[in-house]
Amino acid sequence: MKLALRYLGLLSVLAISIGPFLWQFMTSIKGPGEDVFVPDFIPDDPTFSNYAAVADVVPVWTFALNSLGVASVNVVTNCLGAAMAGYALARLKFRGRRLAAVIFASSILVPFEAILISLFLVMRGLGLTNTLTGVVLPGSIAALNVLLLRNAFLALPAEVEEAAIIDGANAWQRFTRLALPSVKGTLVVVALFSFMFSWDDFLWPLVVLSDQEKYTLTIGLAYLQGTFVQNQRLVAAGTIIAVLPLILLFLLLQKHFFRGVGEGAIKG
Amino acid sequence: MTHRPYTPWLFLLPGLAVCLMFVIFPFLNMIVLAFTDASALGGGRFTGVDNFVRMAQDPKFWVAARNSLLYLAGVVPPLVLLPLLIAMLAQKVVPGIGIFRTAFFTPVIASAVVVGLIWTWLLDSRGLVNNVVEALGGTRIPFLTDSTLLLISSMLVTIWRGLGYYMVIYLAALANVPKDLHEAAMVDGAGPIRRFWSVTVPSLRPTMVLIAALSAVNGFRVFSEIYLLSGGSGGPGGASTTLVMLIQSVGRGLTGEVGYASALSLVLFVILLGLLLITLKLNRREDQL
Repeated sequence: MKLALRYLGLLSVLAISIGPFLWQFMTSIKGPGEDVFVPDFIPDDPTFSNYAAVADVVPVWTFALNSLGVASVNVVTNCLGAAMAGYALARLKFRGRRLAAVIFASSILVPFEAILISLFLVMRGLGLTNTLTGVVLPGSIAALNVLLLRNAFLALPAEVEEAAIIDGANAWQRFTRLALPSVKGTLVVVALFSFMFSWDDFLWPLVVLSDQEKYTLTIGLAYLQGTFVQNQRLVAAGTIIAVLPLILLFLLLQKHFFRGVGEGAIKG
Repeated sequence: MTHRPYTPWLFLLPGLAVCLMFVIFPFLNMIVLAFTDASALGGGRFTGVDNFVRMAQDPKFWVAARNSLLYLAGVVPPLVLLPLLIAMLAQKVVPGIGIFRTAFFTPVIASAVVVGLIWTWLLDSRGLVNNVVEALGGTRIPFLTDSTLLLISSMLVTIWRGLGYYMVIYLAALANVPKDLHEAAMVDGAGPIRRFWSVTVPSLRPTMVLIAALSAVNGFRVFSEIYLLSGGSGGPGGASTTLVMLIQSVGRGLTGEVGYASALSLVLFVILLGLLLITLKLNRREDQL
């Protein structure tokens, strides 16, 4: 009885969580002959033609490629750049280490929305507005990731590295061969979240990009909605294109996701 | 010596360059610009507190500030309570629990844009929700065309999207609540509701404060949801604009008023910093108890 109640609760929350996605998917496969305003859950005549049709009104595959490129670069720069900085902070002794740590820590406290406009001025000064490079750069090495990796490197035992120092390994060799492989778990979390934040980002690409062929999926979709709001099937198909890769990635790597969220929250 | 003196700086160079150029410098520059009349074309003279005087007389600012504060007040209590209830449902390992937990998390990974578009369609005047309302004998509700309802709809979307995220945080915290406390309360004859208030809630206080802080900061920074639900307009006559939307629309483009937008940004930053300090203070009081 108690168990039945629990499942009833779980099923209600399930319906609330994924019902809207299912409804959007069902809308995206309804044919042109079907009235999408009638609340019929299952389409009479399911078709994937809307996915092809959405590419006729906006270059949705170009948007997807732009998003994929931006997110992939963001993963590489964050993993590598943040690991390098985190390694120096955790494992190398030098004058100015505290100062460097303070710079990263204060960067975390700056809300992105507060620097939005002056960041745009920086990009214009660099001549990078309306480029995908301009989209990537500000988040390319997030201070939070630097500190996450610093903590991971701090947790490694010192002995192994001391042995390598005696063997004559230099700092770069110790970093790439010893330290990096030992923090794989944290790197996966950094990679996943970098991909997700970049793929989902809306405000910054909206401000920095102006040409349609440079659009990422998020602003491309907002544009699609503004222009072709009359055809909900197309907007729905566009949304599914934007969300499906993330859902697949998430299903594939969900263990790491949950660990990352849990750890991040506890370390707060 | 294990490394040359400049080696650490080579490791730090990319990370420091990004943080200094794209976070610290723009931040300091924003503070300076807030006291100038700079435009999008550059230039700008020092104008003292003129921007802030203008802000105090700008009805758009007051509307946006009020909306952002209302937003914060509207999303924090549900986001502290509902994910806790869901976490308690999903805490016990029963067959299929992995599927449920994963499904609850799905709205979190979808972008605010995807979520915004899905709900724009659901809440459309001819959308699913209104069809259900009508079938139940009600009249169609102008979720997206009335400025108050638009704000409430957007809050609901923010709450819906936050449920799974905060649930995971609660799940991690619930795992640390000592079992014997529950057992002792049961022996004392406390029912489930009583145990919730006198065992679960007190042991989760620090997590609840953390979630209140996170959801307050995120609620105050809201942009995408309200932008999408209003089709970029900020509601009828801009009556549902939030502070971040105002910054974006004032400072953007060739006619952007960079000085004024920076002053608005500075106000946003100070309020967010205030929220953070309040949380720290609450947490400190927690430690003393």
